[in-house]
Amino acid sequence: MTATTMPAAPAGHQSLNLRGQTLRTPVLGAIAVGAVALTALLYLVTSIHSRIQFVLIVLLLFSIGQTVASVLVEGARRARDRLVTTLVYGSFLLALIPLVAVLVAVIERGAKRLDMDFLTHSMRGIGARDAGGGIYHAIIGTLEQVGLASLMAVPFGLLVAVYLVEYGTGRISRVISFFVDVLTGLPSIIAGLFVLGFWILALGQPFTGFAGSLALTILMVPVVVRSAEEMLKLVPDELREASYALGVARWRTILKIVVPTALPGIVTGVMLAVARVAGETAPLLLTVFGDNSINMNPFDGEQSALPLYIYSQAGQPQQVAIDRAWAAALTLIIIIMLLNLIARFVASRAKVK
Amino acid sequence: MTTEPDSPADAGTRGTGSQTTPAATEPSVPAQPTAEKPDEVSTDVTPGEAVSEAVSESEAVSETAAASDSTASSDRTAASVSAAVRESVPVSETKGDLTPREISPEPGAKPKIGLADTLFKNLTRTAGIGLLVLIGLIALFLVLRAWDALSANEGNFFTTETWGANDTPPVFGVAALLFGTLLSAVIALAIAIPVAVGIALFITIYAPRRMASALGYVVDLLAAVPSVIYGLWGLLVLAPHFNGTQMWLNDYFGWIPLFDVGEGSVGRSVFLASVVLAIMVLPIIAALSREVFLQVPITHREAALALGATRWEMIRTAVIPYGKPGVISASMLGLGRAMGETIAVALVLPSTFNISWNILKPAGNTIAANVANGFGEANDIGRGALIASGLVLFVVTMVVNMIARAVIARRREFSGRAA
Amino acid sequence: MNLGKRQVVAGLAAAALLSLAACGSDDNSEPEAGGTAPSSSATKSAIDCATGSITGGGSSAQKNAMDEWVKAYQDECSGATINYQSSSSGQGRQNFIDKQVTFAGSDSALKDDQKTKADERCTGGVAADIPMVVGPIALIYNLDGVKDLKLKPATVAKIFSGAITKWNDPAIAADNSGATLPDAAIQSVHRSDSSGTTDNFTKFILGTAKADWNFEGGSDWKAPGGQGAKGSDGVTSTVKSTANAIGYVELSYAENAGLSTAQVGNAAGEFVAVSTDGASLGISTAKVADGDDLKLTFDYATATKGAYPIYLASYEIVCTAGNDAAAAPLLKSFLTYTASEEGQSAAADLGYAPLPDSIATKVRAVIEKIA
Repeated sequence: MTATTMPAAPAGHQSLNLRGQTLRTPVLGAIAVGAVALTALLYLVTSIHSRIQFVLIVLLLFSIGQTVASVLVEGARRARDRLVTTLVYGSFLLALIPLVAVLVAVIERGAKRLDMDFLTHSMRGIGARDAGGGIYHAIIGTLEQVGLASLMAVPFGLLVAVYLVEYGTGRISRVISFFVDVLTGLPSIIAGLFVLGFWILALGQPFTGFAGSLALTILMVPVVVRSAEEMLKLVPDELREASYALGVARWRTILKIVVPTALPGIVTGVMLAVARVAGETAPLLLTVFGDNSINMNPFDGEQSALPLYIYSQAGQPQQVAIDRAWAAALTLIIIIMLLNLIARFVASRAKVK
Repeated sequence: MTTEPDSPADAGTRGTGSQTTPAATEPSVPAQPTAEKPDEVSTDVTPGEAVSEAVSESEAVSETAAASDSTASSDRTAASVSAAVRESVPVSETKGDLTPREISPEPGAKPKIGLADTLFKNLTRTAGIGLLVLIGLIALFLVLRAWDALSANEGNFFTTETWGANDTPPVFGVAALLFGTLLSAVIALAIAIPVAVGIALFITIYAPRRMASALGYVVDLLAAVPSVIYGLWGLLVLAPHFNGTQMWLNDYFGWIPLFDVGEGSVGRSVFLASVVLAIMVLPIIAALSREVFLQVPITHREAALALGATRWEMIRTAVIPYGKPGVISASMLGLGRAMGETIAVALVLPSTFNISWNILKPAGNTIAANVANGFGEANDIGRGALIASGLVLFVVTMVVNMIARAVIARRREFSGRAA
Repeated sequence: MNLGKRQVVAGLAAAALLSLAACGSDDNSEPEAGGTAPSSSATKSAIDCATGSITGGGSSAQKNAMDEWVKAYQDECSGATINYQSSSSGQGRQNFIDKQVTFAGSDSALKDDQKTKADERCTGGVAADIPMVVGPIALIYNLDGVKDLKLKPATVAKIFSGAITKWNDPAIAADNSGATLPDAAIQSVHRSDSSGTTDNFTKFILGTAKADWNFEGGSDWKAPGGQGAKGSDGVTSTVKSTANAIGYVELSYAENAGLSTAQVGNAAGEFVAVSTDGASLGISTAKVADGDDLKLTFDYATATKGAYPIYLASYEIVCTAGNDAAAAPLLKSFLTYTASEEGQSAAADLGYAPLPDSIATKVRAVIEKIA
């Protein structure tokens, strides 16, 4: 068997029916209808009204019915396969419920205020009951703080991951890798406290956007390291060996072969990290302080940030403020999604061909 | 064996696809892949000779190779062999240059490679040690700030359930908080992990390819929602809807102590918080698991199918063993997030200080939520006490990770590199 | 080609950022010009403009008043920037001690140990607690078919301590003769985060019904039972979504949520509905500390007709001397405006009570000293 031989029949699972029988679509349909009917009955009897629960019970009954039927008609192996398929589809649908619910809630409430005026104005001079105002200053703050944090955390985290996977031997790397995991459990407010205690109070620095990005860096690094490490590990050794065999130096192999191969996965990890820190409120409260006016300079003076903005507006009694909070949340989600798209596109371009 | 002119980088990618099943499942000296390339580079020396020459030289010549040799794991042998090969072969800088080259262990060429390599290695090592220093600083900071409060504490820090850190005398303990933290995180993961793995499998294996990337993107969307929004959503949207479900669980599964609320009523409970947390960690676990499953060599999957496996059997024999360490790592990230989540839990839970297994009752609090709730008005002792509780969270994460690592260590044999 | 696409993406991103950078504006004057226009030029007596920028932070209870004052001040004085951010009173006091803010907003006066530390930054002066904002705290409830709930302080204490568990308890029935009260369990809601509102609410209970309250006061809720909720908004939404619930929040939250508020018995023996004027009457009996530090001690025992007894006072904590030379004129000018009659009445629309004259004169005298 040579490496390039492809399996002849990828559709092998279809030839499983040694008895030559399959569950027909009408039978599956009947099971589905039965499951729905039974659940409806159950609901009438127990008189509880939760749609999510309804879906869950239907799924459960359907997979039971299908498995039983499949065992009778097709045999146990096929039945197990069908069961897992149903469960996988089911879990996906299940995950869609909260996703859709959260997004609908945010879009529904956020779209009210989301317009150009909102995006291009700050909160300067907005009184408690005024309906105007915007989030321009917060967008600038978040982009700069998260950008600076990424500039620090991503190269740093990648280097650590490369060390752990490619060079790491012995105790040091085990210790590093272990403590990276520990760092993932650090509550964000503690990271904020640390920066407040060290950078701001001990070193006498003022509240700035940069102080915030230091706190965000602490939160980003473990996520970047952990996901990059996982992805680098999965690069097959054969790739490295092929490169070494060509006489390519180790560092070049890492930079040109190993990292690019793992890049899509690494980008996913980085984007997860960005998404996580872009929504952090507590550390920013302690380090960037917040501002109602536009401050473009992250190294001088207080700044605002979207999560801070959301947090402070959502806690207000006035409906106009709560509307602003939801619109800001929607904006934050859109920004992260755009960043995600760009990063993925760049990564797919940079991938080895 | 292929003969088309390939650049080194091309050879690299193709390696993923053309890997044979036996070669990857049992780590052995990969004679084929390494031999493949010298074949193209030079026609003077046969591949076998090149390897054996290099091996015989490796102890004396190559420091890097020696470092690799010192690893205990067996699959490192392959790396060390190939490292040795590299040392003995001059760098082929130009891609696609296929003119035959002489292979000679030129001593003059080595320091150049060695220097760059050493620099790079030291750079990465410095980053690693820098991270350790940072973590050390954080730990030191936590301990220093916590010390005064802990020594002023009149109660037992580990068994007291109440939190009176701002009182005189201060009496506080982390017992109820720690219990709530662990309970909510464990329930959240119990919900999230199966669903997340299901999503990852759906995206990588079940869904049509074009749909898959779109779906992956949709799941990432969940990760982009800020936690304060999850909190608000949990409080304003989910909580009212959830009471029905909780009542139902209490009515029909009340015989399980977990779901029994006794005389009281259901409400903003630990279970509700766990569900919110599960939704928050779901995208993290799903996204990383998806990436891990995508890395499963297609040949493994195809080989399994070709042997007549059903799709589930293929997943069980080829995908899950390969991806398990990655999924566990992803779950650990999720656990870290679940235990450290601050604002969403603070919004959802009514923060009471008691230990109760009745997860449907409106009660419960977590360490992180308590820090967020109490920090604002805390005095010096109070702040120290909150930081001490953060330190406990730090240690708990450590212990949980130790356990996870022990689990992963048993699964080494399947992954591409030392897992 | 590949490179080309990449450059296109990078170019697009850069263009997006640039265009974003170009179109932002701090100027919010046009959209709401109609709403609160009269403040523009008719009466500018209270504002004596200074320029520069100062930072303040802390209490969220006074955020609405601050927003309004800052808006009015900045509209009048183009060269001034005042940045007030609400986090929590304790945080504000800590930031003040750490010299991170020019002034702090706080619902409680500096504690003794904090006062010592805070005085250190005020060379030549002291750190002064200046009461600036008075706000009534409303008891909101969600009880089907019950309007005009009346509660004596002792009954309030019993409800929140858990001594009374049913709405048709004889104690509540005694306060509400003639009303039909449901036989339902009381769901009391309190703040789960530490807050000045809780501090002032428990001050009221301790000052009026100590016999029925065996717990300590302070920013943290000490009584067992009941539900906690984060923030006044959390309490409001919990009460709103929970049948038979009762909670305590600042008046503006109660008004905006449209929830019923209870009438509370005062020292004069009457039940008074929550109002800013009632709170203003209530706080007028408070004792003001001597010297520049105008810490208030609430007096709940003196009978005043029409006084609403549950209120909070929110302070501005400032240095009477030793301020940054660039910040002092603006701080002084701004606080002079907020303490003026015009400033106080601007906040009255937002659920705040004007400072009673007895306190206001002292406040203005201290602000006069700021340097």
